[in-house]
Amino acid sequence: MSLNKKLVDMNYLLKEAPREKHFITGAQAMAEAVKRASVDMAIAYPITPQSEVMHLVGDIYAQGHIKEYYRAEEELGTMSAIAGAARAGVRLFTATSGPGLLRGLEAIVSWPGHRVPCVLGVLTRVINAPLSIQPDNIEMAYLMHSGIVMLHAENQQDTFDMTLAAFAITEKVDVYIPVSVSTEGFFVTHAKGYVEMMDEELAFNEPDPYKAPVPAMDNEVPPARIQRDAPVQKSNFMSYLIHSVWQQEIWDSNQRAMKYIYEYLGGPIEVQNPGADVMIVASGCAAAQAREAHRYAQEEGLSVGFVKVRAIRPWPKAEIREALATTKTVIVPEHNIIGWLCKEVKAAIPNSGIVTEGPRVYGGMTLPVELIMTEIYDALGMKSEVLQA
Amino acid sequence: MANLGPADYSPYPVATYDGLYTPDEGKAMLLTEMVDEEVAMREVARVMLTSENATIFPGPQVLYAWSEEAKKKATLIKEMSEVLGAKMIPMYDYRPKYPKIDAEVEINPNHPNLTIWHNNIKACIFIGVHCHYANVALKIIRSETDCYTIGMCALSGHEDAMATIRDQHSEDLAKFIEIAKEVKQELGK
Repeated sequence: MSLNKKLVDMNYLLKEAPREKHFITGAQAMAEAVKRASVDMAIAYPITPQSEVMHLVGDIYAQGHIKEYYRAEEELGTMSAIAGAARAGVRLFTATSGPGLLRGLEAIVSWPGHRVPCVLGVLTRVINAPLSIQPDNIEMAYLMHSGIVMLHAENQQDTFDMTLAAFAITEKVDVYIPVSVSTEGFFVTHAKGYVEMMDEELAFNEPDPYKAPVPAMDNEVPPARIQRDAPVQKSNFMSYLIHSVWQQEIWDSNQRAMKYIYEYLGGPIEVQNPGADVMIVASGCAAAQAREAHRYAQEEGLSVGFVKVRAIRPWPKAEIREALATTKTVIVPEHNIIGWLCKEVKAAIPNSGIVTEGPRVYGGMTLPVELIMTEIYDALGMKSEVLQA
Repeated sequence: MANLGPADYSPYPVATYDGLYTPDEGKAMLLTEMVDEEVAMREVARVMLTSENATIFPGPQVLYAWSEEAKKKATLIKEMSEVLGAKMIPMYDYRPKYPKIDAEVEINPNHPNLTIWHNNIKACIFIGVHCHYANVALKIIRSETDCYTIGMCALSGHEDAMATIRDQHSEDLAKFIEIAKEVKQELGK
């Protein structure tokens, strides 16, 4: 770190360091987290709405908070370069959006198997034709089977805290796979909210590349001369057996991240009013609307609870089962057409018939609280027109 | 470790399927139980002293003199092998061996079962092997052999080993050697 920062551990940074309230965008929140993370190198290719984040990261590079930063040729090049830089044991950040994520996906899905620790910002955007830059989080469905740890931020504060925590989680020796922090493009990235941040003179301790489950590529130090990844590409030199356990090891690593999600973020879910007849389950920006619907319902004296899902991977199956154990109806509002969160929730509980499909918005639509309220009234057998009148 | 044998449809069992993870700091894992480090050390010593062809598998982190700690550890591991009466077979390279491994003199994380089978090893200690490679090797050994595996790890441990002790630095290895001497005496060896 070129600036004289005070280096501290992540527990102090997140839980103890004094904070001040700021009114900033989600993109600023992500960049401010990067500023406090002792990042060695950032690499990215611009795409809306991610470009706001990486522009700001460029600014903090110019101010000396990051050692290296460059614009790659496109996203496959970006994500491949991240994998290459990780071999040297440095701390890495990149971000992308929608089509950029899919273009980089071939490299991204190889990161966990190559044991690449890095933080990936995913500022969600429509991926389907016709071309659009609007927010829609369907791209996260493609990331869910890649093996990487996935956090989903509800607002600007989450974006800041999760991005910082992600740098600690990704470098844990028993995890050591990438951690993504997703949040909705524009709704969060370009909108302002209150974010409590610690002083920027504080920063996360620098990484120790020798506390790693694989050798860092330091050619001056003998253990690193043992070639690390090339054999994995040579399937004719290896059996199905090693590939099988290698895949298991990646998903084990993903599972091991859960204890650190508890440590740094208080757990993979937040539950309000457990045991209610109707539970709203939501993640990301939809959780903000679900939280508001929950507040309306409380004011109306309705038996409604709320589950915010912070971690999409590792998937908190046991926690979701427990939170929904006695409810009669589950509503899953989402910002995508396929309902990937709805499918996950259905698969997690024994009585999936209680899960309502939606409400869903996509293509950049907002998610009015009234849509969720209509589902709540239907679930409780109430006529929403009468109540709204 | 969890139970021996396949996990679901996979022939290669993993402890996390059964909800077992690396031990907490200051603790160790013996089979499915989290125990105090010293309890695990005594059991590990007993298993190594009473099993056929007990073997230590030192990895690159203790085979090369890349730090003062590595040198200290290497000396202690040699002493450990003498106290336990264990052989040493190195895992010095993580690349798969082509066309064929020499199972008599080396072990490789991509097909560690070949070395266990060839030498009829019934108990082994992994030490100085980078965690990723230890984990994949331990998974294969668990499902393909009846060898009792022990992970003595400088970092956070290995749930797929039947016994795992974490944060093992040179002073901890010295402590283990003293415990192994006591257990050896108790066993009348």
